[in-house]
Amino acid sequence: MKVGIKIMPRDVILDTQGRAVENSMKANGFELQSCRVGKFLELSLVTADQIKAQADVEKMLKQGGLYNPLIEKFEIQFM
Amino acid sequence: MSLKVGITRFLGTNCDEDVRKWVLSKSATATYLWYEDQFNVKDYDMVIIPGGFSYGDYLRCGALAAQTPVMKSVKEFAQKEKPILGICNGFQILCESGLLPGALLANSEQRFKDQWVELEVKQNKNPFAKQTSNGQVLKLPIAHGMGNYYADSETLKKLSDQNQIWLTYKDNPNGALLNIAGITNEKHNICGLMPHPERANAPWMGSSDGAFFL
Repeated sequence: MKVGIKIMPRDVILDTQGRAVENSMKANGFELQSCRVGKFLELSLVTADQIKAQADVEKMLKQGGLYNPLIEKFEIQFM
Repeated sequence: MSLKVGITRFLGTNCDEDVRKWVLSKSATATYLWYEDQFNVKDYDMVIIPGGFSYGDYLRCGALAAQTPVMKSVKEFAQKEKPILGICNGFQILCESGLLPGALLANSEQRFKDQWVELEVKQNKNPFAKQTSNGQVLKLPIAHGMGNYYADSETLKKLSDQNQIWLTYKDNPNGALLNIAGITNEKHNICGLMPHPERANAPWMGSSDGAFFL
């Protein structure tokens, strides 16, 4: 089973990468209000059970260090 | 009996040799601790986590190194209240391991900073600050893209109240909150800083203030 994890910097965090992308877009005449850059992880899990998959992925996020709750937020997406 | 210092080595550590020479200059013994192996905490008096780009800063700086076997031993070492020093990427690894509070974000000016900085000693109660005095100004080099110290307001207050802020920048190069360059844990045995004391160990290096740390 494939599971996606979207990880974004928390709203209070200054996202310098997003700021740089935003400035580049604006400098080239594109219209946008803002840009924030995160990452997307695609995991291929052994299990086909969605409930187990959810639990396993949350464990990876919280115990395996996949995300840092101080500075990031996540969303799990079943694909 | 000379001081026995363990120096961790991850894939991408690149200040290990500098740290070893710094340790040897103090007549201490230096042993490398490979990231895949655990070590016996009784064998060492001090552990130093040198700088570099462990795991190429993949995922987040220090995040993957924090999950390695050697860090399990470092955590055990920490519980025994033995001295641990994390320099630059070592500081990031200590934060990602939960051994120090907070996180290091990208520099606020969006670029890598490689320069000399002046630091003020805010507390000298930790094992790496004994040869310095409060208010003393030290000159050390920095070389980092992710040195912007961040913690929530509650943690920052706790750091201040519990005297855990060790070093601050006189002229903040990276946007770090409260100008923080280095902190300690509550018990003051775990210490992390972004500047590189091992790169300032003799006048010909530009400063010998790094010699005060060991």
